[in-house]
Amino acid sequence: MSEERNIQNGTAENHAENRGKAMIHLEKLSKTFPGTDEPAVEELTMEIYEGETVVFVGPSGCGKTTTMKMINRIIEPTSGRIFIKGEDVTDANPDTLRRNIGYVIQQIGLFPHMTLADNVATVPKMLGWDKNRVSERTKELMELVSIPASYGSRYPKELSGGQKQRVGVARAMAADPPIMLMDEPFGAVDPITRDRLQDEFLRIQEDIRKTIIFVTHDIDEAIKMGDRIAILQERSVIAQYDTPERILTDPASDFVEDFIGSGASLKRLSLSKVGDIDPANWPVASLEDSHDDARRKMRESGKEHVLLLDGERKPRRWVSMADIEQNGVPLKEAGWPAIAIVEARASLYDTLDTMITSYKGSAIVVDDDGRYQGVVDFETVLASIEDMRPQDANRPDKTQRDVTR
Amino acid sequence: MRTPEQTRPEEKTRPPQSEAVETKSGTSSKPGGGGPTSSLPYKLARYLTMPIILAGVCIALYLWVSSQTLDSIEARNLNAELIVEKLVRHLEITVIATIAVVALAVSAGVILTRPAMRRVSPYIVAVASTGQAMPSIGVIVLIAVLLNQFGFTIAIVALVITAFLPVLRNTMVGIQQVDQSVIEAGRGMGMTKRAVLWKIELPLAIPIMLAGIRTALIIVVGTAALATFINAGGMGDFINTGIKLSRETILITGSVLTAVLALSVDYVAGIAEDVLRPKGL
Repeated sequence: MSEERNIQNGTAENHAENRGKAMIHLEKLSKTFPGTDEPAVEELTMEIYEGETVVFVGPSGCGKTTTMKMINRIIEPTSGRIFIKGEDVTDANPDTLRRNIGYVIQQIGLFPHMTLADNVATVPKMLGWDKNRVSERTKELMELVSIPASYGSRYPKELSGGQKQRVGVARAMAADPPIMLMDEPFGAVDPITRDRLQDEFLRIQEDIRKTIIFVTHDIDEAIKMGDRIAILQERSVIAQYDTPERILTDPASDFVEDFIGSGASLKRLSLSKVGDIDPANWPVASLEDSHDDARRKMRESGKEHVLLLDGERKPRRWVSMADIEQNGVPLKEAGWPAIAIVEARASLYDTLDTMITSYKGSAIVVDDDGRYQGVVDFETVLASIEDMRPQDANRPDKTQRDVTR
Repeated sequence: MRTPEQTRPEEKTRPPQSEAVETKSGTSSKPGGGGPTSSLPYKLARYLTMPIILAGVCIALYLWVSSQTLDSIEARNLNAELIVEKLVRHLEITVIATIAVVALAVSAGVILTRPAMRRVSPYIVAVASTGQAMPSIGVIVLIAVLLNQFGFTIAIVALVITAFLPVLRNTMVGIQQVDQSVIEAGRGMGMTKRAVLWKIELPLAIPIMLAGIRTALIIVVGTAALATFINAGGMGDFINTGIKLSRETILITGSVLTAVLALSVDYVAGIAEDVLRPKGL
């Protein structure tokens, strides 16, 4: 266990070099609730970088909400330190601290006796903004979350669940806090509304680039919303803290695999890039090669076709053995033109789509300049999907790779 | 104001069930029309029915008394000047006692709902309950005898004890039933504990608190009729005189007017409840 945590720390440090500076740094944060012996959160250390959305995900009771609530100290940590922008805020005035941290909860918690405008204006008013600025900001935010500004004088009970949560998000963003904490914000709305709220939120986040901590128990939501995902297990121990792609491709433990669930491969198809999978061993030849060379390469590979590249290594034509046997036809004109070309950046999902509509059920992977990189066919994709499935057999390998990373 | 235990996820959606029961018993005097029905004719009918009935009763009483031949004792008692004087006295007792109850019981209710007091609050509520459990006449006379003092002030003290519980309990229930997520949202946005109390908890507790205050008011206005036994005046004087001197006209007039007064006060309190309830609830 401790070894695993070290690995995670190692990963986080790598990220620190690659990305911006740490916005939130938690150091050995622990929480033991009075009257219990088991800590709810135990010595959690993690970093969250400026402008990224980090999703805390884990089974219920794993302490993810407790962890999040310790950041704005709605729950006071038993031990450990909290740093925001490098400043130790563990003992700072919690009210002042919270005015700079947006807070959205599942139950929304709009003030039922206040109008929507007053709800949204809560924090700006506390910060002493003047009236005009408050009302301007309120209107701007209502527009941002697609609530007509004319609704400002309405009361929360007049809104639908989805509208309420939009107002809840607007209220949390009112004073433009650099950090937002969101506790299952879309958990209480129907699936269609949730999907729309998620999309809207992603769109907003693209513009505002806040540092967001998002708590959910839904791995699909985590994959969709997160720049990075922290999968937490009992006592908020980090099982894996990485990008959605990495977590799906390379779960760090059985726990993570179990948590991702059986749909992992399909989920991953839209996240993993075709350039990342090992291409099939297809024979390639140059347009300038002789018929004999092409024939030999095909025989050696055991395949029925060979791909011909031009001088710039761009895929040109597929030829079969039969095409080559027609000695009179130069390779340049033999076979059929190479279609079903995908860029290495394309997702596996799109690649599969291309392959299904292509003639021989394969796709040619090229780099940004259109140069040949490899060929993928159903078998290679299947093999990589196979590889994504939780399998105890390859567990030692993965751990090894983790260590050397 | 929020202990960590309170914010544990398991507890945050806990419905205040046991308290809901209390709420009902505490607000038993709530009129049937307290719902959100708001069509104008309905409203008008609701607001006009009671005054019309009460005015009818008063007119009937006046006509009945006028039709009687009054002896000197009755004539001395049943004149406008004396009735108004007793009425004013009765209202004075009622208003002052109610204000005192509200001031004391609401403060107590706020204090007892603070987390620090959570452990002792059941005991204090139990003590307050005895005030209501004891017969009002017993409380009034006992206090007068114990302090060996009679009159206005003692009447007020006794009435405050009698009517303390409904306001205290409804204040507590009103504050406790405020959705925890609303409070958490407020605290999470950086509202101070004090701001949460004044801007969230108390406004959201108002409907239930008002119901308790209205109950207290009715208890006070009715029980104030007993103030006559410790020489504090009020409408009870007529009833007392009527019984002692066997003058039915005085007794009936006193009783009916006391009842009319109580119903009028309840009526006004009902309107106040409607007006003071925060919008959006």
